[in-house]
Amino acid sequence: MQRIYMDANATTPLLPEVLAAMEPFWMEDFANASSIHHHGQAARRGVDHARERMAAFLGCQAAEVVFNSGGTESDNTALRGVLRPGDHLITTAMEHSAILTTAAHLEKLGVEVTRVAPLADGSMDPEAIRAAIRPNTRLISMMLANNETGVIQPAEAVGRVAADAGVLLHLDAVQAAGKIPICVEEIGCHLLSISAHKMHGPKGVGVLYVRRGTQMESLVLGGGHERRRRAGTENVPGIVGFGAAAEIARKSLADGAMERLSVLRDRLENGLLSRIAGCGVNGGAALRVANTTNLWFDSVDSEALVIALDLKGVSVSGGSACHSGATEPSHVLMAMGLDKTRARASLRLSLLKTATEADVDAVLEILPPAVERLRALSPALAGTLA
Amino acid sequence: MSTATAISAANAAKDLIAVAMSGGVDSSTVAAMLRAQGADVIGLTLQLWDQNRLAGKPGVPTRSTGRCCSLDDVYDARRVAETLGIPYYVVNQQDRFEHDVVQPFVRDYLNGRTPIPCSLCNNHLKFDQLLKTARQIGATKIATGHYARNEYDAARGRWILRRPADLAKDQTWFLFGLTQEQLAHTLFPLGESTKPEVREIARSSGLTLADKPDSQEICFIPGGDYKQFIANYLDEQGERLPDSAGELVSTSGETLGQHEGIHNFTIGQRKGLGIFAPNPLYVLHIDPASKSVTVGPEMELNRASLLVHRLNWIGIAALDEPRRAEVRIRHSQQPTAATLEPVGEDRVRVRFDEPQRAVTPGHSAVFYDGDEVLGGGWILPPEAAAGAMGSAATAQGCC
Repeated sequence: MQRIYMDANATTPLLPEVLAAMEPFWMEDFANASSIHHHGQAARRGVDHARERMAAFLGCQAAEVVFNSGGTESDNTALRGVLRPGDHLITTAMEHSAILTTAAHLEKLGVEVTRVAPLADGSMDPEAIRAAIRPNTRLISMMLANNETGVIQPAEAVGRVAADAGVLLHLDAVQAAGKIPICVEEIGCHLLSISAHKMHGPKGVGVLYVRRGTQMESLVLGGGHERRRRAGTENVPGIVGFGAAAEIARKSLADGAMERLSVLRDRLENGLLSRIAGCGVNGGAALRVANTTNLWFDSVDSEALVIALDLKGVSVSGGSACHSGATEPSHVLMAMGLDKTRARASLRLSLLKTATEADVDAVLEILPPAVERLRALSPALAGTLA
Repeated sequence: MSTATAISAANAAKDLIAVAMSGGVDSSTVAAMLRAQGADVIGLTLQLWDQNRLAGKPGVPTRSTGRCCSLDDVYDARRVAETLGIPYYVVNQQDRFEHDVVQPFVRDYLNGRTPIPCSLCNNHLKFDQLLKTARQIGATKIATGHYARNEYDAARGRWILRRPADLAKDQTWFLFGLTQEQLAHTLFPLGESTKPEVREIARSSGLTLADKPDSQEICFIPGGDYKQFIANYLDEQGERLPDSAGELVSTSGETLGQHEGIHNFTIGQRKGLGIFAPNPLYVLHIDPASKSVTVGPEMELNRASLLVHRLNWIGIAALDEPRRAEVRIRHSQQPTAATLEPVGEDRVRVRFDEPQRAVTPGHSAVFYDGDEVLGGGWILPPEAAAGAMGSAATAQGCC
């Protein structure tokens, strides 16, 4: 059975060039990048080069790039490194759990938290964020693009809100990176999280952009790595891989890869909308990243649909996985105003940038009958005891 | 041939069987047995209850290690699926479980009945929702680790349910609610096996959980303290435990003491009555209307007959006239001789040859003919059985 992967927002495979860039740093240039000797300098070169590539990717200075273990650590550091009891945090109701769980934790420690709901189209209203500002507001934390709907948030407008109020702005750009150009200078954010494995880099590597002069405490204490902003021996192969992935992403954004991908996504989305009655797009009215579509199907439980599609060779996602691996209805869709049933009936398809027309056409063949089968067997089996 | 055609051709080959995997030895062995027979198998685990939901409330550790749907059990089930090389999925049925099992469980106790959550779970989750999900995703049948046997009897044109080869493990009492449709789409591969044989198959299949102990408790109440669970659940729902405190009375109506709520009692209970008496006293009757609990000597627990409602028939299409049968009113009991008499719409009176101890409203009475399950129903409180107080409210039963 041929397998089709349409869950790029969960993670992406390494590109061959990324693997090739990492290869020397496992066994040859294996040393500790902090060591002063020849071996250490070879590893340091790899880290420095990756940092420069990352700076070019984000439109910042190399010194503002902090490598760490991933998006979750970046989000944790941004919030916990900045906020103190008595401070006020403004975030949104549709953030990733790396933000929402950290915010709830800080709330218990005495940080005030406002979670602003998105508009029905899945985008944030910058004025709603402005209205939430208090005298003690210290930080605004918002996604740049939503993981489930792909909706791109008005970062520059929120950047102006933050600047007007004199508060810090953190962007969780994990789902945006590699899909839209990012320039931290233009946005005017102070902190920004990205993760390698969402953009064809290795798992276990992330970056927190920290604007020069931003007061932030390190979350991981120890040695003076990363300009004392993140202790721990550098994951050199991972960092090198992330640098290579960022460089490839920067070039492919300039080369129109996303325009090509959005044509494929629209072919998929429109194909499904025309083949299946009683379905629609969540966040379809807003500006979205090119690879994501989130669809609802009347009278369908997307958990069963995900399994049915998997058994037909198509990997997609519905809702978010809870601790056991079971699916919970998406808090993102519910924050947009969908009821639980509609949220449970929603499916996310997210294309790799290497996706082909054949992949899309295969899904257009497989998904409609799977939805039909679910709907046909949807009423409870006859005769069950009440 | 297009990609899509190739995929559907590859999938059309064989019937797909979904095994309901709990992470225990029995269901894991079922998956191994079917796999060894060359069947196309997938594993499904129902996520029914979040063990951490009531964590931190009185009597509940902050990090629960309970059995039902615990991370450990899901991990065990997943490891079995990995060992066998079968696809495995966890299906979230927490809302339905709460609505169809937990809430009726709480309500039954508050109404002076003693519920059987396992039967409710079988009727509403395992053989209804799970089968539905299995068929939706392309499976034709489900298989479970229950000790029971089912087969189609062409002469009667019915699917029948039989006790298993290992009568010590017989679980048919919990399965009386299965419909013909459900029986037709269910496999019980352990029906011919004994528990030691099942453990041996698990071992020889390379399953590391072959010696995992059997679960005994109510799966969503790890510590077994159902009273604490009811209090904690109501508290979580923002509800107060209804005040059902009342009197402990003798069979002659004499007040012997006070009690703190009828949900603390079950028929036949001896401990925790708080009464000093020359001879042991047992709970004979719980009256939710007056909140009184009648206690008396053990011999008065015996009942010669009982009335059941909300019937389900398996071996026969209906009961049109009185017939002989054997009846079980609890899981731990062997079937005992009785006569079944139809009483109007959806009710049967059971007349035992020998009076039976502790007839418990909320439990089920299951009818057998030899090793075959004829059907069963839910036991009504005695006032409804006597026809004196057969109100609509009483007849609503446990759901």
